[in-house]
Amino acid sequence: MTPAAQSGFAIDVQGLNKRFDGKHVVKDVSLRVRRGEIFGFLGPNGSGKTTTIRMMCGLLKPDSGTGTCLGYDILRDSAEIKRSVGYMTQSFSFWNDLTIAENLDFVARMYQIPGRRQAVERSLATLGMTSRARQLAGELSGGWKQRMALAACMLHSPQLLLLDEPTAGVDPRARRDFWDELQTLAAGGISVLVSTHYMDEAVRCHKLAYISAGTLLAQGTAEEIIEGQHLSTWAIRGDRLAELQEELRKKAAVAQTVTFGEVLHVSGTNAELLEREIEQTVVSSGRRAEKIDTDLEDVFIYLMGHAESNAGGNA
Amino acid sequence: MKGRQRFSAARWWAVVLKEFTQLKRDRLTFAMIVGIPIMQMALFGFAINTVPRHLDTGIVSADESNVTRSFIEAMQNSSYFKIVKRLPNEQAGREALARGQLMFVVNIPAGFTRQLLRREHPSILIEADATDPTTTGSALAAVNGIAQSVVQRELTGPLAGLQAGAPNDRSSSLGWEAGPAPFSVSVHQLYNPDEITQYNVVPGLMGMILTLTMVMMTGLAITRERERGTMENLLAMPATPLEVMTGKLVPYVGIGLIQASIILLAARYVFFVPFFGNIGAVYLAALLFIAANLTVGITFSSLARNQLQAVQLAIFYFLPNIVLSGFMFPFKGMPGWAQVIGNVLPLTYFNRLIRGILLKGNGWADSWPSVWPLMLFTVVLMGVAVITYRRTLD
Repeated sequence: MTPAAQSGFAIDVQGLNKRFDGKHVVKDVSLRVRRGEIFGFLGPNGSGKTTTIRMMCGLLKPDSGTGTCLGYDILRDSAEIKRSVGYMTQSFSFWNDLTIAENLDFVARMYQIPGRRQAVERSLATLGMTSRARQLAGELSGGWKQRMALAACMLHSPQLLLLDEPTAGVDPRARRDFWDELQTLAAGGISVLVSTHYMDEAVRCHKLAYISAGTLLAQGTAEEIIEGQHLSTWAIRGDRLAELQEELRKKAAVAQTVTFGEVLHVSGTNAELLEREIEQTVVSSGRRAEKIDTDLEDVFIYLMGHAESNAGGNA
Repeated sequence: MKGRQRFSAARWWAVVLKEFTQLKRDRLTFAMIVGIPIMQMALFGFAINTVPRHLDTGIVSADESNVTRSFIEAMQNSSYFKIVKRLPNEQAGREALARGQLMFVVNIPAGFTRQLLRREHPSILIEADATDPTTTGSALAAVNGIAQSVVQRELTGPLAGLQAGAPNDRSSSLGWEAGPAPFSVSVHQLYNPDEITQYNVVPGLMGMILTLTMVMMTGLAITRERERGTMENLLAMPATPLEVMTGKLVPYVGIGLIQASIILLAARYVFFVPFFGNIGAVYLAALLFIAANLTVGITFSSLARNQLQAVQLAIFYFLPNIVLSGFMFPFKGMPGWAQVIGNVLPLTYFNRLIRGILLKGNGWADSWPSVWPLMLFTVVLMGVAVITYRRTLD
């Protein structure tokens, strides 16, 4: 029995820490990803997402912390983890001066995939890239590059995919196709940990974690994360929202104001006070205000602002 | 555990194939493979000529005879000297030399022929512009040969008895003591005792070219992966450092051998360097030297953060190799500290090795003192390279 079979978690890490040149990049991060789960990893740039992912796939050694990835110890079994995990780096990291087929063939050889040629052919066919097989990877568009990278990561049939911002710089349709594919893979029992900046992608994840400045601020399903912050939110429509926004920001109960096109979202943790303040400032000005469900984006912006002000306070 | 993973020939072969394919795509690299040896050959073989010919020469002759005319003609024919001027006296010759108009002035004293016939061993004086001794050295080295050819050509028939000092004649000079030459040529310059400088330079070039291209190209090969972000991908795959490193190196061994062949062909058919040794031994020596340089390159690539730094390191390494390896200046003529540094450089041993094999026909026993330091260097640096190669990204 492989160690992987003994655990219900594809990833189970506790208290990961990493410092670079004295800079504390990842602070006590603990994560659990169930098998067959799509786990969204969110956070602003430079918050430690990439470093955390690299520690989980054996590329980086954590300064402290323990854990397993597919049942293998992340400190000792990096070779096994590399063999059974598919890792897609943040920037396109295949060889631009090799063709698609050559890139796939190289990967297949590295993982010593039995029936290599057929595996590459199959992979090309599944991705609809058979006709492009002889095109140089460097000439591909962002969307195709990303499809090729995913195909390469999937060649050795990993049980866990670690995807670091896979859809950055990819058009919306290609993103949607990509996520459809991820969901098919997850349905087939493959676990996926994916970092992203897009809310529409976060919504499609089974579980989410939000990291900021190296610290994990929230973890759970979207509902759990939303509920956990106890925010109530109002949507305000009308004229000159920018002016109103300035005014609202001075109010005690207003934690944040965010503009979504024609609509201004106002959130706060003290629901009663917020309601009173909104009535005072908004309704009297003739604009419409309506209480809505707090959504993920409100929460993430709130978390981000919160972490920043905390960091500012500590400094 | 790291130790659990064994070397896999299949994966290694994958790296080899990938590297070849990429090389094929890289036109600039290909241009370098062919361009660098040709450019260096042109520079060092033609432009930087340590055996310059047709050097401007003036004649101050106070004695006109068949012998002196023959001597001047022989100088001209040797192609080292180009007689451009006849000067009235020594004074005028000195001035021309001082002004840099002439490289040499040949002074034939009055009564030269008469003294020659009286066996008084007269002397012709050649004054040379000694500013750059390497420029004049070879021409001056040819002078004695010219004098001898004149003796053999002109002192014939009734004058044959005057040939006493000619080495060719020693065996047949019955009862005669081998005396001094009928006339001598004295020069005001020390010249290099090594009379085959040209032959020395061309084989020496092989080591220089291999050092430059091998160190630079392997240095770039690995930093390029790091700079383009593909190294992270390689590291995330189940490949051991040894597989990646040796796999990446193999194509460059091939390139090094191609360069060696280009240089050998040019040496043979362009510079007419005589090959006394075994050509197989030459290639074995080249292979060993290539290996030594590849380990230097790979160590540099572990130190360099980007391709530019790799190039800078390569140049930094290249310079002492040119100066201290005995390629440009005689090794024994260097000060002690320079010899110590030179003794650490693989090029020093390769120069001795390749010159020994090509020019002297050295065999295994003669070569060994240069072979083992190269082997030691390679093994030690390979160890350093494997240690410094970053398995993980931190």
